Amino acid sequence: MRIAVLSGKGGTGKTLVSVNLTAVAKSSTYIDCDVEEPNGYLFFKPKNIQEEEVYIQIPKVDENLCSGCRKCVNFCKFNALAYIKDKLIIFEDICHSCGGCILLCSEKALAEKVRVIGRIQKGSSEQVTVYTGILNTGETSGTPIIKKLLDENKPEIKNTTFIDCPPGSACIVMESIKDADYCILVAEPTLFGVYNLNMVYDLVRLFNKPHGVVLNKCLDGENPAESFCVENNVPILGRIPFDNDLGSLNSNAKIAARESERYKVLFSSLLETVMKEVRHETTINPQR
Amino acid sequence: MKITIPVDEKSLNSNVCVSFGRTPYFLIYDTDTKKSVFLDNSAAASTGGAGIKAAQMIADNQVNILLTPRLGENAADVLKSAEIEIYKTTTASAKDNIDDFIAGKLPLLKEIHAGFHGHGGK
Amino acid sequence: MKQLLILSGKGGTGKTTIASAFIKLSGAKIYADCDIDAPNLHLIMAQNIEPKRTDYFGMPKAEIDIDKCIECGLCKENCRFDAISNKNGFMVDPYACEGCGVCEAFCPVNAVSMKPAIAGELMLYADDNNVFSTAQLKMGSGTSGKLVTEVKKQMRTMESPDTKLAIIDGSPGIGCPVIASLSGVDMVLIVAEPSISGISDMERIIKTAETFNTKIGVCINKYATNPANTEKIEEYCKEKGLPFTGRIPFDPEAVAAINNGQTIVDVDCPAGAAAKEVFSSTMKLLIKESDGADA
Repeated sequence: MRIAVLSGKGGTGKTLVSVNLTAVAKSSTYIDCDVEEPNGYLFFKPKNIQEEEVYIQIPKVDENLCSGCRKCVNFCKFNALAYIKDKLIIFEDICHSCGGCILLCSEKALAEKVRVIGRIQKGSSEQVTVYTGILNTGETSGTPIIKKLLDENKPEIKNTTFIDCPPGSACIVMESIKDADYCILVAEPTLFGVYNLNMVYDLVRLFNKPHGVVLNKCLDGENPAESFCVENNVPILGRIPFDNDLGSLNSNAKIAARESERYKVLFSSLLETVMKEVRHETTINPQR
Repeated sequence: MKITIPVDEKSLNSNVCVSFGRTPYFLIYDTDTKKSVFLDNSAAASTGGAGIKAAQMIADNQVNILLTPRLGENAADVLKSAEIEIYKTTTASAKDNIDDFIAGKLPLLKEIHAGFHGHGGK
Repeated sequence: MKQLLILSGKGGTGKTTIASAFIKLSGAKIYADCDIDAPNLHLIMAQNIEPKRTDYFGMPKAEIDIDKCIECGLCKENCRFDAISNKNGFMVDPYACEGCGVCEAFCPVNAVSMKPAIAGELMLYADDNNVFSTAQLKMGSGTSGKLVTEVKKQMRTMESPDTKLAIIDGSPGIGCPVIASLSGVDMVLIVAEPSISGISDMERIIKTAETFNTKIGVCINKYATNPANTEKIEEYCKEKGLPFTGRIPFDPEAVAAINNGQTIVDVDCPAGAAAKEVFSSTMKLLIKESDGADA
């Protein structure tokens, strides 16, 4: 069972929720798809880390074979190639790795070379298997890392996997939720939070993902995120109070459910609700 | 020699365009024949790498000198390979810049910006 | 015109809160929201005007004409982005399609064509006093970097010789949209949060910003939530020689102001007062002549 945790707005508590739910689940997996700014590993402090590089393929040219026909230059939709004074110039930063130029070259002058863009670390923390994707600074797109993180982790039946997603609603978020069975939207009771909740709410519905909301940082009084859920009939899976102790633990990268009985109870109860809802939704709404 | 300058309109009285890669037209002035032609800039419609494509186009047109207010690093790489010299425009009028260049008044363009899709300078 | 960009690495540290305060304090007439993925600045700065809206076209998307398709599968075989499926005839997934054109080039019967695709919307709020450029990326879309570039260009089209300062609210992360926003700005102010995650993320955005040769300043928001980490950040700045422009406390009154659609300097609150100091230090840094050349 793969459960994606997303929010639209940054800082609402995706990592708090995904890390703690994974921590209280028996035999679970945590996958950090926020490859630009991964945080989960700071909480789990995983051991026995195995690391694997992630790379993309980009073209390289054998100048002896290149006839200067410029088929590749004319084809490239990203303008990553130029031909000047009988030399092919390749702009690696702009190349989108589509492989088109290599396929089209009639002289076989273009071949592929790899360019490392980041890495994946796999480790363990008590009963949790922790996967972390890390994009190298200066690289523009983490999509290949997210793809690799998720492709290589085909879900096991008994295992629950929580996917910690990046903020926003762009292609990297879509990539992170693509194969999820269920989406948890984490909302905070602020003007910005609700506006962005609306966006990811639209996103999960566009992709037909069963979903529910966890209201985080709840205070007394009116909660605009809760009102949003009520108005739109979105299931509210649970409420996490705005709490200085919880904030403090989180700020120090401690897993609240492992540090304190109170939060263990809170997150266990939330997990139970989530799993019940997930099982219910995925039975009546099978994705596969 | 051939001098090119990005322009907003297909007119000798046009202003210089602030963007190199996405200028609608390039004016090419030949100092020998004293004739001007205008090139439509197909790179303007590109979603990315516009500077590279525009630079390729002016290199293909055997231009020797580029006058421009600014330039990104990828386009600059292409132009350097093509051995095209780059000077900085100082006023709004394309014609004035060409005259100023011929009179030796324009400075070389030193500040190449990071480009919109690439990373910063080294 | 000097451009100040506000970034953070981590989401939710207070970029928009601080950007809006700075806009009010500086009287900056030109500003932009480059967090096109999840824009928020307009919720505070532009409640009353209707913007000029322009469609933003990202990469074209491939489309298969099933009447012409002979189901040879060459398109699917050569697609690097898993964008073509064959469940009910060959079809392109527009969210996965990157517009590379390989399928179009390889189709033996010309059944594939590249069609323009709207990937978002640019908005320009302009009246006699202010110019505010922003955009919304269509969800699930790519080319976010290019849309950021369009937002900045749109902002600059309204620049006049009198304009001294433009303030740009950035996005979280370190990828494409952040890199696009960094290009050509005079200074980046990093808004750090004193949590372990916040520090880790701050280090990564600083590393990214450093390749751009722009001035970098750091300030801390919500500092009372973790004094130890606050100190850690200030130490880090000292070690790296990064100017520290001040700290703003976590302040429930500030939260209330924002939720009311006001900036934190529109109300009388501790965070607002602190923001004024941070603003002052940041401006000093921005105006200070660096050693000659800008990047």
